[in-house]
This record gives sequence, C-alpha cells and structure tokens, in this order.
Amino acid sequence: MATFRIKRYNPEKAPDPYFQDFEYDFPEGATLLDCLNEIKWTQDGSLTFRMSCRSAICGSCGMKGNGHALLACQRQAAHLVKDGVVTVEPMGNMTPIKDLVVDFKSFWDKIDQVKPYLKTKEKPPEKERLMAPEQFKVIDAASTCIMCGACYSDCQVLEVDNNFLGPAALAKAQRFVGDSRDEATLERIKELSKPGGMWDCTHCGECVERCPKPTRPFERIKELMTVGLEQGVHGNVGARHALSFTKSVKHSGRLNETTLPVESIGFFNFKGLFELLPVGLRMLFKGKIPPLIHKSCDDVKDVKRIFKELGE
Amino acid sequence: MIKHDVLIVGSGLAGMRAALEVCKSADIGILSKVYPSRSHSGAAQGGIAAALANSEDDSWEEHMFDTIKGGDYLSDQDAVEVYVKAASRVIYELEHFGCVFSRTPEGKIAQRSFGGHSKPRACFAADRTGHAILHALHEQVLKHSKSIKIYSEWYMHQLIVEDGECHGVVVTNVRTGELEVIQAKAVIFATGGYGRVYKITTNAFASTADGAIAAFHAGIPLEDAEFIQFHPSGLYRQGILFSEAARGEGGYLLNGKGERFMEKYAASRMELAPRDIVSRAEQSEIDAGRGVNGEACIHLDLRHLGEARIMERLPQIRQLGIDFIGVDCVTDPLPIQPSAHYSMGGIPTDMHGQVVIDAEGTPLKGFFAAGECACVSVHGANRLGTNSLLEATVFGERAGKSALEYVKNVSFGKINEGHEKARVLSSIEEIFQRDGTDSYNDIRNEMKEVMMEKCGVFRDGQTLKDCISVIKGLQVRCKKGKVTDKGKLFNTEIYEIIELENMLKMSEIISTAALTREESRGGHFRTDFPKRDDVKFLHHSLVYSGNDGELVLKSKPVVITHYQPKERTY
Repeated sequence: MATFRIKRYNPEKAPDPYFQDFEYDFPEGATLLDCLNEIKWTQDGSLTFRMSCRSAICGSCGMKGNGHALLACQRQAAHLVKDGVVTVEPMGNMTPIKDLVVDFKSFWDKIDQVKPYLKTKEKPPEKERLMAPEQFKVIDAASTCIMCGACYSDCQVLEVDNNFLGPAALAKAQRFVGDSRDEATLERIKELSKPGGMWDCTHCGECVERCPKPTRPFERIKELMTVGLEQGVHGNVGARHALSFTKSVKHSGRLNETTLPVESIGFFNFKGLFELLPVGLRMLFKGKIPPLIHKSCDDVKDVKRIFKELGE
Repeated sequence: MIKHDVLIVGSGLAGMRAALEVCKSADIGILSKVYPSRSHSGAAQGGIAAALANSEDDSWEEHMFDTIKGGDYLSDQDAVEVYVKAASRVIYELEHFGCVFSRTPEGKIAQRSFGGHSKPRACFAADRTGHAILHALHEQVLKHSKSIKIYSEWYMHQLIVEDGECHGVVVTNVRTGELEVIQAKAVIFATGGYGRVYKITTNAFASTADGAIAAFHAGIPLEDAEFIQFHPSGLYRQGILFSEAARGEGGYLLNGKGERFMEKYAASRMELAPRDIVSRAEQSEIDAGRGVNGEACIHLDLRHLGEARIMERLPQIRQLGIDFIGVDCVTDPLPIQPSAHYSMGGIPTDMHGQVVIDAEGTPLKGFFAAGECACVSVHGANRLGTNSLLEATVFGERAGKSALEYVKNVSFGKINEGHEKARVLSSIEEIFQRDGTDSYNDIRNEMKEVMMEKCGVFRDGQTLKDCISVIKGLQVRCKKGKVTDKGKLFNTEIYEIIELENMLKMSEIISTAALTREESRGGHFRTDFPKRDDVKFLHHSLVYSGNDGELVLKSKPVVITHYQPKERTY
C-alpha cells in the first residue's frame, strides 16, 4: 500500500492547486503510469494526465515524481515510494492546464526557433546521400529525443530566464549541426550563439539526470559549443568567456577572476562594461575583489603539460 | 465553422506524409487526438522494407512475392505491385527529408533480415525506425507550418457524409471541450489501428478504432476485420514491443525446456518465419505446457549476440527490458508472449487511397484513407514485419496526391452545421446523463479479456459465438455507467468512454467476421477449420452496419495478377 500524493488543479472548479492523497496497493511490477490509471479508473475519473504508448517512446506522460521530472510509464512505482508516499506533480517551467497536464506551447515554440529540419542547397542524389557510420554516431544520441519535456521542466536556467531555448531545443539543434548532410552549420551556430542560446546554459547537468532516453542534452550543448569555437563564432559573451577561461588556466593554472569578466564582456563593449560597474563596486566594498596581480599556481608546469598533450 | 480544402485525421506516418503532399497546393489542416510526434507510428522499431539491395542482391519482384506469400494469398496483387515498386523511391525521399538511418560501412542505408522476407531488406535506424521516420516527417511538417495547420489534442467524433460525398468531420477541442465542425472538400483518415481491444497488446492507449468506427457509422463497410496480427515478442503480461529485429539480428526463441522450438514449425526460416506462424508456434508450446516455468510465456534469447552488437543494433530493447522487468538481455533471456499488434483489415480503399464502399469499387467521393486504418489490401491475411511503415509512407503519399487532385475540381458542399453538431452533442449529453452503477473499467477489462481468450491467436466457432454474446452484453452495460468528470476542460474521462464504445463495436465486427470465415488463413486461425479453403474463402470480407443495428456480411474478390495461390510453407 502506498499513498499517491497528487497535485490537483482544475480552474473550472477552484483557482488554486492542492494536494490530494490516494491510497493504492499496487501489484509488483506496476509502473507509476499503471498506478495513476488504476486510480483514475477505480477511484477518481477526473484525475487528468497525458499518456499513450506506455513504452517510453511517445513522450506523452512526462510529470514530476518526488520533485523531479520523469516519464510515468518508464518508472517502477516501487522505486519511487519513500516512507510510503509518492508525490506526483505537473512538470515545471510550463503553465499547468489541469492536474498533471501542462501547456507545451513554449516548449514547441523553442523547437521551432532552432529551424528543426534539414537545410540543404544541393539537389539530392537519385539514391540516398552517403553518411559514414562515424557520421551517424555524431547525431545518434540527439536523434533519440522523444520531446517529452522532462529536461525542459527541470532546467534551472529556464526557471529564471524564460528566454532560454532550453535543453531539448538545443539537443535538436545539435542533431542538425552535427548532421553531415546539413549545409547550414555556420548559420545555425551564429543563431545559437545569441542571447538565450547555447551559451546561456550554466552546465548544471540537471537535463542529463532527467532525460529518460540516451539524448543527454547537456552533452549535446557541449558539442554545439565546441563547434561554435571551432567555427570561429567568437563574437559573443559565452564564447569569449570560454576562451578567456581556457587562456587563463593554460597560462597560470588557475582562473584570473579580474580579466575573465572584462574579456568575456569584450574590451570595447563599453555598455556591457559599464553594466559591470555596480557589481564591481559592491565587491570592492565587501572586500571581495580578487588580487589585481594574478599569480600562477605552484604546479603550473603540469597544467601546461596537460594542455600540450591535449594538443592545445 | 473551420474550413480547409483537405482535412487529415491522424498525424502518424500516413497522415503526415499525406500532409506533405497536399500542402504543395491546397489549404490543409491535420488533426490528432495527441500531439503529432506522439503518434503510435513512432513505436515501430525494426525497419522499413525496400529492395534497395544495399547488402545483397534484391528486387521488387522478390519483395512482391514475399509480401503475397506472407499474406497467405489474400493481398490484392495490383496494389502490392505499385507498393513494392514505390518502396525504394519513398525511402530515398525520407533520407532526403533528413531521416536518420543506420549505415553500412560504405555509408549506404543499412538493411537487415526480417520475418518472411527472403532478403535483408529492412532499412533501419537502430531499433527506433518508426521514431526516426515520424520525427523526420514531423520536422518537414514544421518546416511547412505556414501551409499546414495542426490541431493537436482534438478528438474526431463523426464523419459528415451527404448524398454519397464526404464534407468534413465533427470534432472536439480536448483542451476547451468545445464542439466544432470542420468543413473540408476532402477528408483523409490516417487514424491507425485498434489493438487496444485486446488484453495483451503492443499498441498505445490511443489505438482505439475511432477512425474505423466513424467510417462504419457513416455507412462504409470494414474490410478483412478478422485478420489481427499477433506479434510474437510482446513483453509477457504487458505486451510492450520487443522488435522482430531482435530475431533479425539472430535472437533465438526458446520454450520452457530450452528448445529452439521453431524447428518443428518452420524449419527453413526458424525464428524468421512470418509473424502469424511464429505466434501460433509460441501459443502451441504454451498451450502444451511447454511455456517457461509452465507459464504463458516463451524466452527471447539474445545472450549469444554479445553486448557490443546489442548496444549497436538493439539498444532500446535492452533498456526496455531493464526498465520494465529488470531483465538485462545481455545476461538473461526476455519473457515474451504473442501480443495483438496490427490490424490487416480496415476501411476499404483502392490503390489510390480512395475509400470504396462495395465489391464493385464504388468510391465515396471526398473520402480517403491510408495506413493501418485502411485496407488496400497489400497485407492480405498477414502482414510481414517492416511492411507497415512502408505502407503508411507509400499510401500516405498516394492518398495525399489523390485528395489534392480531387479538391482541384470541387467546391465546398453544403452542410448544416447546427444539425451536425446537435447529433454529436446529443450523444455526448447522453453519456453525461447516465447515472448507472456499472464500471467502465470493468467493462473494458472484460472486453479485453474475452477478445484475448476467445478471438485470439486460435479461435473456433463456439469461442467466437461466446465472444460475440459477451461483447453484446458489454455494449448494453456500457449504457449504465457514470461519468465522474462533468467538466469541459481537458476531460480525458469522456473520451475514454467514447473510445470504449468504439472498441466494443470494433470487437463485435472482428469476432463476427472471424465467425463467418470458416477457414484458416494468415492471422486468422480456426481450430475447427484448420485448412485454408480457396474454393469458399479466397475473398475479402466486408462488414456493413445493417438497418436494425445488426451486422451484414458481404465479400469482395481478391485481385490476382502474378501469383496463383499455392500451399504456404516455410
């Protein structure tokens, strides 16, 4: 027997959401979706959630279990019960419609923004375009995405910045940037380097934890960043930040916190630098300004050797 | 009232492929009760067939023969010919759309072996081929979003047919609960199958016969409904699909004694015999008490393939086993059983996707169908694996082309919006008004149970009569249920009840067609008539709705062009 503590919301009846407990003695092997269905079919027909394939491929049944996004059909109920309770809520970063159903509009709008289709200029050959198995591997992981929204729900950047494209759209972008048949790589990378794009990811890795498939969005975002740097798309804060970071560590074995913000913003970006001033002043008053003379770490030779071995 | 030149219901492979054709020069809406990328085509795993000859010599003629023999000679051979001839072109086109395929070392589309195909002709993307194609088509639909209006999470109730012409559909926006009429010069149904009538099925919750029954209620017969395919490798008790690709890659089937029992049933093809034969073999082993541990399951053994090959070719299957039953197929065999998978029958169409309403091929103007909901018939009495994704793609395109051609020369018909809405509204109201004590959940479970037990892999006259009688009882009980959710907003309960009523009607149609066909052919096996009978039954069945609500059975000849029926052995 377990308690399913489900967040209920029906604006037709009451303006605010609330938690309702359902007791259900689930059989061995039951998934969270099996339990929700049994509750709906035998206790309360008004309990509302999306579902379809129940084999983790359609992406319908995304929701939060014990605070984290998951696919209800993919998870054994027994693994989710903690002290006799499973807490079930709608996914985050999207507007709830009813109970566990959320509005995916912002999610799909961002997928649209990355121009999620192959762009080619050449007329295709009569047969298939050739693609080596190694080239297939570059887009293999991204192409497993089922658009369930789990990564989007738990993305910590989206919580504070609704303008961020989010992990799923960026993974979709990598699926085309990495596609040997796509002829718009530079155009895509430039677009993705704008504010709200790939460089706004804070590398927390939450999306990798939540992704129910092998897509692992953050790893795809890292691949996009690498392509951006390789393609010389450096005219943005994110790329400059990465380059400044690398330069500093390469030369001194540690981060130069004085030059990093200036180099990231750009020496001639007067507006941006001006905006840094209040933060700088506050740091000064609190005694948090890093030493102006940057010293190398003791084992800087080893750091340089690592860079050399990596061919950097 | 919403208006489109062409309205497509269903957004899986067939629906989206049709949309890409129509959007070239007509205004189009595509409607789905889920979101397009959630359609059940995405659950297809193993591959899509075409004689590309990327790894071995192959030809469309061999593909044609394999398909017809696989279908136990019930396929319409003229349709099969256009279908297999189009195969290579449509797959190259999917590749050009951007579909991700696994590759040979030379960079060509990789191909593997599949049941009933004499050559390795299943083009694949690891073990998620349907997903790869569905998303590639979805990408193209998004690319053309200016000319394709998507209605996601809208439910289709009824087809509007006046004077032998189709003029649109009555639908509900699930989110708001508002009933709407969508007027169209042409309607294309791509609504998928109805495996959910069975207890053990690979199908999604959405596969509930909505399209087939809407057509049936509009006076259109359903063709070959008795032919249901049971997939040999659904997860024991749950039916979750483990692709035939597992056997295509060399997996074994073992009974409880650890024997590769297929040797007794199809010595030349072993595990790669067509699905009807493998499922019957499994069921026979189970019925003879040779299931694993005496239970109703068989083992799918992949251990000898090794972890590297499993991870390259079958990664999703491995993960499904781990997630759903805690079995890693690298170290342990997977427990499986025959699971309802695919409906060979459906809404009768000609090879252009035009719906036809009788044996003479009389068209219902303005109404087209493609994919699993349609019966062309290329699959005859049993479909070969990888032929369904091909069917959805080829006939989706053809239905789209036909609809586009049709709407060029017609204008919008006259429909009485108020009258059409009122008809559906009154039936929905009737459900809301019910104040009985019967449980829809019990009714659904009993339907699934009786269909599995009495109209499953093996049937006979008595079990089918019992089945029909139980189903009719359930139809009566269904009127004595009660709705909990009386609201309009995203009321999933009400659609589940409507789906249940559709499934009960479909179950009656399947079992009645099965009772009438007193022979065994392909996916339909009668233990009381275990032989194929070409003298009496080399024809398609058509089930009509009679005036008094009783079903009326008719038949339609099979088109035979190249291959005369022969004994079917493997």
